[in-house]
Amino acid sequence: MSDMSQTHGAETQSPPSGPVLAADGRPLKHSLNRALRRQKMRALMLIAPLLIFILITFIAPIADMLFRSVENQIVEDTLPRTVAVLGDWDPEADDLPPPAAFAGLYRDLFIAAEEKTHTRLGSRLNYETTGISSLFRKSGRSMDDVGEEIVDTIEATDPIWEEPATWAALAESAGSALPDFSNVWADFARVVRADGDDPAEENPWEVLHVSLAEDLRAGAAAEYDGPLKAELGQLTQALAGVAPVDYVAAMEDVDEGWSDPAVWRTIRTYAPRLTSGYFLNAVDMQLTDQGVAQQPEDQRLYLMLFQRTLIMSLTITLATILLGYPVAWLLANLPMRVSNILMILVLLPFWTSLLVRTSAWKVLLQQQGVINDLLVWIGIIADDNRLVLINNATGTIIAMTHILLPFMILPLYSVMQTIPPTYLRAAKSLGANDWTAFWRVYFPQSVPGIGAGSILVFILAIGYYITPELVGGTTGVFISNRIAYHISTSLNWGLAAALGTILLALVLLLYWVYDKLVGIDNVKLG
Amino acid sequence: MTNTDTNDGFVVFDRVQKSYDGETLVVKDLNLAIGRGEFLTMLGPSGSGKTTCLMMLAGFETATHGDILLGGTPINNIPPHKRGIGMVFQNYALFPHMTVAENLAFPLEVRGLGKSERETKIKRALEMVQMGDFGNRRPAQLSGGQQQRIALARALVFEPELVLMDEPLGALDKQLREHMQFEITRLAHELGITTVYVTHDQTEALTMSDRVAVFDDGRIQQLDPPDVLYEEPKNSFVAQFIGENNTLVGEVVEMKPGDLCVVRLDDGEVIDAKAVNVHEVGQRTKVSIRPERVEYNKERIPEGAHTLHAEVLEFIYMGDIFRTRLKVAGNDEFIIKTRNAPDQVRLKPGQKIEIGWLPQDCRALDA
Amino acid sequence: MKLKTTLLATSVLTVLGGAAHAQMANDMTVVSWGGAYQNSQLKAYVEPYMANNPDVSVTWDESSAEAVAKLRAQNEAGNLTWDLVDVTAADAMRLCDEGLAMEVDHDEILAPAPDGTSASDDFGDMIVSDCFIPQIAYSYTFGYRNDVAEWNGNEPSEICDVFDLETFPGKRSLERRPHNNMEWALICDGVPRDEVYDVLETDEGQERALAKLDTIKDQTIWWTAGADTPQLLADGEIVFGSTYNGRLFSVIVEQNQPVSMMWDSQSYDLDGWIIPEGLPEDRLARVLDFLYFATDTQRLADQAKYISYGPARTSSAPLVGAHAELGIEMGPHMPTNPDNATNAFVQNYEWWADYRDDIDAKFQAWLAQ
Repeated sequence: MSDMSQTHGAETQSPPSGPVLAADGRPLKHSLNRALRRQKMRALMLIAPLLIFILITFIAPIADMLFRSVENQIVEDTLPRTVAVLGDWDPEADDLPPPAAFAGLYRDLFIAAEEKTHTRLGSRLNYETTGISSLFRKSGRSMDDVGEEIVDTIEATDPIWEEPATWAALAESAGSALPDFSNVWADFARVVRADGDDPAEENPWEVLHVSLAEDLRAGAAAEYDGPLKAELGQLTQALAGVAPVDYVAAMEDVDEGWSDPAVWRTIRTYAPRLTSGYFLNAVDMQLTDQGVAQQPEDQRLYLMLFQRTLIMSLTITLATILLGYPVAWLLANLPMRVSNILMILVLLPFWTSLLVRTSAWKVLLQQQGVINDLLVWIGIIADDNRLVLINNATGTIIAMTHILLPFMILPLYSVMQTIPPTYLRAAKSLGANDWTAFWRVYFPQSVPGIGAGSILVFILAIGYYITPELVGGTTGVFISNRIAYHISTSLNWGLAAALGTILLALVLLLYWVYDKLVGIDNVKLG
Repeated sequence: MTNTDTNDGFVVFDRVQKSYDGETLVVKDLNLAIGRGEFLTMLGPSGSGKTTCLMMLAGFETATHGDILLGGTPINNIPPHKRGIGMVFQNYALFPHMTVAENLAFPLEVRGLGKSERETKIKRALEMVQMGDFGNRRPAQLSGGQQQRIALARALVFEPELVLMDEPLGALDKQLREHMQFEITRLAHELGITTVYVTHDQTEALTMSDRVAVFDDGRIQQLDPPDVLYEEPKNSFVAQFIGENNTLVGEVVEMKPGDLCVVRLDDGEVIDAKAVNVHEVGQRTKVSIRPERVEYNKERIPEGAHTLHAEVLEFIYMGDIFRTRLKVAGNDEFIIKTRNAPDQVRLKPGQKIEIGWLPQDCRALDA
Repeated sequence: MKLKTTLLATSVLTVLGGAAHAQMANDMTVVSWGGAYQNSQLKAYVEPYMANNPDVSVTWDESSAEAVAKLRAQNEAGNLTWDLVDVTAADAMRLCDEGLAMEVDHDEILAPAPDGTSASDDFGDMIVSDCFIPQIAYSYTFGYRNDVAEWNGNEPSEICDVFDLETFPGKRSLERRPHNNMEWALICDGVPRDEVYDVLETDEGQERALAKLDTIKDQTIWWTAGADTPQLLADGEIVFGSTYNGRLFSVIVEQNQPVSMMWDSQSYDLDGWIIPEGLPEDRLARVLDFLYFATDTQRLADQAKYISYGPARTSSAPLVGAHAELGIEMGPHMPTNPDNATNAFVQNYEWWADYRDDIDAKFQAWLAQ
């Protein structure tokens, strides 16, 4: 052996303890990888269409939706100047923010109103503090009332100020001499261009006048070195007789809501570009300027709904197991012809439209419905004591058990089909009675089917909202109904996204627990 | 052979009939007595009713008519789990979710045996099938032969007096099968248990059994020890089904004393045969001759015996024997087998020869 | 911004005058509510319009209930597929706030009344938002079964009978949202009508309204679809329930069920059109052309032949005639009929836009208890 390996080693020149080499002298591992790469690439190519499809239609929208649960750029994007100043404000020390914040707000809100983004921000902040929606909407209508005197003075000084071109020329030649004006002009030009117009032909906004006046008051005319130097000097003199804008008072004139500290606190609390506010709302908490606090008791809703959703989904899952197991057993053990007919009955709910099903449940379950009539006729219940089977949690459980039953039966059936009847016979021949044979031998082998069915049913149930909406009344609705409400009615997509994220996390958590308890490889669909 | 009480029978089928659909009988009037300690094989093609008989005995099927007795008591109304019969299934039916030891413990647990007693019995049963170290394995981790042993151990661990086996070796390869055949018979005889064994493999039946019941068409065609079955088939089905067999068709032309007769084959040639199933001249008959009883060496053909002309079609060298296919009396599937001996003549295709046999080896059976 | 809209509208009018129809798109997707209401729009507006403009094809989308969410999604995706959307006044206000609906100058784009009154005067208060082009006034009101033995021949006549379980025992149905219910509860708790929203603004007022609703909570089924109450009434499942007046009209008049109408304290709501913001010019031109026709005095009056909702124009009221199939006079079945409107109140949309989120949370939490 020893001399053999020596000669061999001499031939391939491989160190005795180094990596195994292929015939061409490269490490074998490397060659193998290369050989496999082609195969892997081909496999990847085969799944690529599906992968891309899922990425575009599933993963990306979900990621986008999840991101909305923390996304909060709208405040800073709409009120950049205000937000920049509000950071210095200490609400503990002063009721209202410094006048600079009001000055910033005036400029931001004016621009936002022109862009019509102010009402959008109003809706956003109204989720946090009632009344902000109309405050923004109303303020938007009267922003051009501020600084009327300044506008009139400027236009009266020289008719060239009524020419849009003058303003455009001023903006072009301003350099760093007119900081406030240039800053506002940038937004003006952006908004006008977005509409497809030329800033040099559009009437300047009032806010441009006001900001120019502020610059001139600060002595900008001396620093300015451009074609309009003389005119600016003239303006400075003319404006000396006009009182500077008192932004605090002006904004209060626009709407007295601006003197409410609660509004300012809300803006400050929700100024960051990312917020935990939606998630806190989703667990019955709220973000205040004092930090995180519980919602008032009469507004706590979501934790209870999450809990109800979980409990009812579990109940529905259990009900489908109890009802579905015997049916699946029959399906798996009856002769083909009979089991096919039975299978059609099982699948029937799939083929009926939701409206038909809902009407059927109503006819069956309501207090003047078929089931109550029957029970009264038999004499089990009194006529004035009819059961409430719909428009409550019972209704949801009955209807959803019905809908989801096939999702339990089908995996159970396909697993049961793979259990040969000889196991039961073997158990009996070994001395087990029918029950022991079933419980010790058949049932354990059908557990993977129960697992698969349960996961399917539970996850479907947890996200159902149409059926609970139709038959659940008030005590049988799920968290998904609130998510749907926030998506389509309140438009609070951030909160909907937070609720959805929590629901997704719950499902993943339960999946993990299930994996720990039962083992996910113990799940099969057939 | 220890079947001392064959006459009264440990297991008795008394005029048993079985029908599934109420129109046709799958088992027609079955009468069978199996002695205590006997190894009886039910042999037959699929659909012959042998498995149904086994299932009726196990209690998974009920007899439509007639009684089945176990140790003298009718068991028709006793549910399977109370019959105390061990059973080995075709695919073993080892419970996949239990370990080997748990599988073996199952019959003991349902009988309420204590833990220590269970462990002793399981250990003994595993050692009996030489699987002592495999108690903690799952069935899926075992090879086919190992699973077979465990299935056997499980059927025996609760010490039943009767063990049923339903084609237990069907899934094993040839070598393992032969080994297991030996193991099973050894165990059955060592433990002195009564065994009813179902197979469609005649070699298995012949090598393992005390007696073989050949089933066809819902009836037992012949019930005899293997040697009798092979050498003295009572009808042409048994002759065909057991071992290799040459058949020539003809008509009885003369009955002779000593159970002999003369048969004229359909192509006109005349041969001597032993009258087994024929009684009068003019009857149609199938004549059966085992390939190894045919002689072409003139010196070995008895004096005065009829001979037939034959043409060699094919010669196959099989090591221990030569297998030659001939055309005889219009039948070109006529096989002869000869031992590979130094003086043996090797026939060549196209060669014309004369063949003959002892009249006792040529049995005239039903047509 | 106003300037731009005006410019656009003027240019469209020029187009109309110049009969240069080539610039108009011929396909129009109209979003409505489906059912009898959409059918009334088809008969009164779309079919006559298409008779004049045979090239135009109209696609209906029955998505009005989710219009706000879907428009927002279309806007975010940058793929606007709708041309004209029928929404409630509250939704129109929201769409306007979100910048999803186009602000319009009603006098510029809508026809004046036959007597020359400008469109904005003819519609009057119905124009609750700059984006909203009113169509009909409908109301939330109550229907009751008139064959309830336990009532001993009494019939409810005023809103507070809803809360009177002694005289009028039996199950009720109310809408599963706070709107109207909170107002009705306060009115029946003794709050004067003109103070309802002031009271409801406070926590105490909200608690007071919920406390009043508490008295009938366990006797109430909460509906979400307009068809629920009529069905529940017809099945005898409830004896008293709120819904849209048009739904009750069809139960009472068209289906002849033993149900009567109670107009007291009906709550007006409005329904109308909005134009999605950002339509390309050719599509916008077509929509404006259609709207000018479909919202004139005669067309609005025609719609009342098919459904018992009141036309939004003052000038349409005298033109309301008989039901197109039943032949009965529709006037008395209009929520705007003076006999029916004695105690009516109008939902305060602006107020609800502010308080909806807050009160809805409380209302749902209360419901779930």
